[in-house]
Amino acid sequence: MKSSVIVFPGSNCDRDIAVALEKFQIKNEMVWHDETNLPKSDLVVLPGGFAYGDYLRTGCIASKSKIINDVVKHAKKGALVLGICNGFQILIESGLLPGVLLRNKNLRFLSKNVFLKVVNMENKFCLKYKKKNIIELPIAHNEGNYFANEDLLKNLEDKNLIAFKYCNEQGLVNKISNPNGSSNNIAGILNNEKNILGMMPHPERLIDPLLSGEDGSIMFESLFKSH
Amino acid sequence: MEITPDIINNHGINPEEYKKIINLVGRKPNLLELGIFSAMWNEHCSYKSSKKYLKTLPVKNKKVIQGPGENAGVVDIDDNDALVFKIESHNHPSYIEPYQGAATGVGGILRDVFTMGARPIATLNSIHFGNHDHPKTKNLLNGVVAGIGGYGNCIGIPTVGGEVKFNSSYSENILVNAMAIGLVKKNKIFYSKARGINQPVIYVGSKTGRDGIHGASMASAEFDNDTESKKPTVQVGDPFTEKLLLEACLELMKDDSIISIQDMGAAGLTSSSVEMASKGDLGIEINLDKIPCREEKMTPYEIMLSESQERMLLILKSGKEENAKKIFNKWNLDFSVIGKTTNSKNLVLNFSGKEVANLPLSSLSTNAPIYDRKWKKSSVSKKIIPKKNYKSLNIIDCLKKILTTPNNSEKSWVWEQYDHTVMGDTVQKPGGDSAVVRVHGKKKGIAVTIDSSAHYCLANPLTGGKQVVCEAWRNLISVGANPLAITNCLNFGNPEKDKIMGQFVETIEGISQACSYLDFPVVSGNVSFYNETENKAISPTPTIGGVGLIKDLDFMMTKNLKEIGSNIFVVGKTSGHLNQSEFFREILKLDKGPPPEINLFNEKNNGLIIKRLISKKLLSSVHDVSSGGILVTLAEMCIPKKIGVKIKAPQSKLNLHEYMFGEDQSRYLLEVSDKNKDEVIKILKENSIHYEIIGKTQEDSLNIDKEFKIEISELNKLNSYWFKNYFK
Repeated sequence: MKSSVIVFPGSNCDRDIAVALEKFQIKNEMVWHDETNLPKSDLVVLPGGFAYGDYLRTGCIASKSKIINDVVKHAKKGALVLGICNGFQILIESGLLPGVLLRNKNLRFLSKNVFLKVVNMENKFCLKYKKKNIIELPIAHNEGNYFANEDLLKNLEDKNLIAFKYCNEQGLVNKISNPNGSSNNIAGILNNEKNILGMMPHPERLIDPLLSGEDGSIMFESLFKSH
Repeated sequence: MEITPDIINNHGINPEEYKKIINLVGRKPNLLELGIFSAMWNEHCSYKSSKKYLKTLPVKNKKVIQGPGENAGVVDIDDNDALVFKIESHNHPSYIEPYQGAATGVGGILRDVFTMGARPIATLNSIHFGNHDHPKTKNLLNGVVAGIGGYGNCIGIPTVGGEVKFNSSYSENILVNAMAIGLVKKNKIFYSKARGINQPVIYVGSKTGRDGIHGASMASAEFDNDTESKKPTVQVGDPFTEKLLLEACLELMKDDSIISIQDMGAAGLTSSSVEMASKGDLGIEINLDKIPCREEKMTPYEIMLSESQERMLLILKSGKEENAKKIFNKWNLDFSVIGKTTNSKNLVLNFSGKEVANLPLSSLSTNAPIYDRKWKKSSVSKKIIPKKNYKSLNIIDCLKKILTTPNNSEKSWVWEQYDHTVMGDTVQKPGGDSAVVRVHGKKKGIAVTIDSSAHYCLANPLTGGKQVVCEAWRNLISVGANPLAITNCLNFGNPEKDKIMGQFVETIEGISQACSYLDFPVVSGNVSFYNETENKAISPTPTIGGVGLIKDLDFMMTKNLKEIGSNIFVVGKTSGHLNQSEFFREILKLDKGPPPEINLFNEKNNGLIIKRLISKKLLSSVHDVSSGGILVTLAEMCIPKKIGVKIKAPQSKLNLHEYMFGEDQSRYLLEVSDKNKDEVIKILKENSIHYEIIGKTQEDSLNIDKEFKIEISELNKLNSYWFKNYFK
């Protein structure tokens, strides 16, 4: 399997995701935002960070980068696209995923481990979560409060396009376990075709028992297996 | 323009110093030149009051590659890897404008580290505020934390540890000390010393604006009631540009184009150009028309004294300019050849075709004033015996009260605003004795801690200076590290007062004694004087940043209790010293008396034994006993995994309060499984190390003797209550 990680000025999780992909034998290439063509890839990752310093609006300037045209084409052809944290924000600004990410409800940056319920396991990113669907991953963001109007929320729920929801240790999705005020506790969503995933938590940061857990590894195992 | 006594005074230069300037230059300086002197001769840049004593600190051992005097210190961590680290204060600007002051403090210290070719891998901070009920504290705390997070999160360097303290002495002078650590290959370290004449001098990074003019001079004076008007002297940070600058510099550093490099920190272009040229014993000539400016019609004076952030000065090998320019253009950064090195040994500035300044570099650096200030030994108060009969106080009630105070509450409200897991190598997060960061791609880790104990230093600066070094050493030992070296940030009041200068001199003596004895040298640091407002100085606050190496992360320790049924050991002697303890301060409201004494012999022996026990995998958890004594330390061990303990104070002359809350130094609490108990006892006995076994771990509650009990869930609730409630 081959992947491309897009590097924007201000990306800061590009190395972390590259390390994770390579650990799970996915052959990765770093692609500078100024390029116009993607190398041949089965998976494109938009990494976390502060592309363009989050100026104007998170993800907004990056969504106008040259490479994004090819990412959109690539996605339309059905190849996999994963946006993590700032990458999720860029996917939304690019129109590849619906909704909007607002500032966290308490107006503070939030960096901590959270529990997630894997809601949709019938997609290439999450297949392997069938063995464990209540997981723990870190979040680290200021604008992760997913907002969607009632129609969109209903559509996401009805079509089973919500990949992850914030929950408590027992898997209960409730208000207390929602760290940022997201609608319906949403932490990650898929497009209709389920080849695009945007998520606020960072699977690439939990791929080693030394780092307090390996729940992130399961996503990369799924991706590797899916190919 | 006529240089009047008023103008000289406004530049923080006294009449004596002005005479010296005329002597050194051989004529009266013009306004620009006076500004340059003011920037170089102020306390912040010249260390004129502290130099004499800083020289007495131990700065070398076989692991030290670079000691004080460079952008940061460097120590060897084997396998051709080296650690670059430094701490710096940003106190004055943070009080005036907390968000930007703190943010640019982080930005500045990160530049110091990557200037040397190192990729930063972690930052820490030590922040001190006035009492929580002071009207300014909430806003300052909120702004400082947001500023530290805003900068570190954006640039993508994990903030892995720190401390937050409250005391009325900081009400009008908060402290913001930031520390950064980077990793570099031993053969790829970059220095600031210029070499060779006619080599191009390059300006890279952000454009120069009118922000931060005279920032360093502002930080070299006391505050008065007009502090608000100093806002324009605070710089404004842009972490996004710094991220670009970091990547561009590291990209250029892959080959050998750079002769020397220096960041433009305090006193901006002035101090960077002066320091580079004078270290190389060269001259430097700069054409100020070539400086990329953010605003129109900036004068030479403004350009030279601006402290705009995210800028660097490089001296390249002649002929390497084009390649370097390409890299900086790729990262959308300014790149301008602004001058060259010369053999004149002078700083020469040109603007609009005219020479606007010409100063001998030695007058700005080696010949800058050095003072031998008057100092007075601190009076050390006698041991006090409280009038109140505290022995009747319920010990659990006291513990509960201590755990809910601002200083002893857990601080996740703070560190959850810092991205502490980016870069994927944070092995031990904030909240432990030391943070631990893995060396990327390897099995070894770096332990790092930041500590201060101002109330001990106020009560006895000599003992306090020793204690704070030992505290850092102990925190590194506790996670299984081999302590390597420290960086120090010395925060004091006005050194022109003999009492303050005395605190400084004695603190340095204490630091020096401890560092020498423990072979724990000082490799970098910073002095911040004039933390004083209307005659009220802060408590003397040396902040120590310590680093250590864990050769194999399989041997890393944490403080949280692991299993039920294991044994609790106290290593080190408990004699029940309650003066200056949290118990006296928080429960009895007594803040007089001497701090606990430090016995360096015991400190070293106890620490080395703990290290040995860890290397034999005999311990399940380790926590050093610090503020709050044994009971508070135990509670901190119980809370993370909700494991309880049942303890019984050993038979001794001490009463229970003295035993549980005494802050005697050089002690550790250990969790030891039944399987390893005998072996641990054997080693401790063989080495004549004092120890006591005080109890066993159990489920759910902390019990003392038969009569006292509290649930761990309640301890947790109490300990995490204060911050959340304060910002509700």
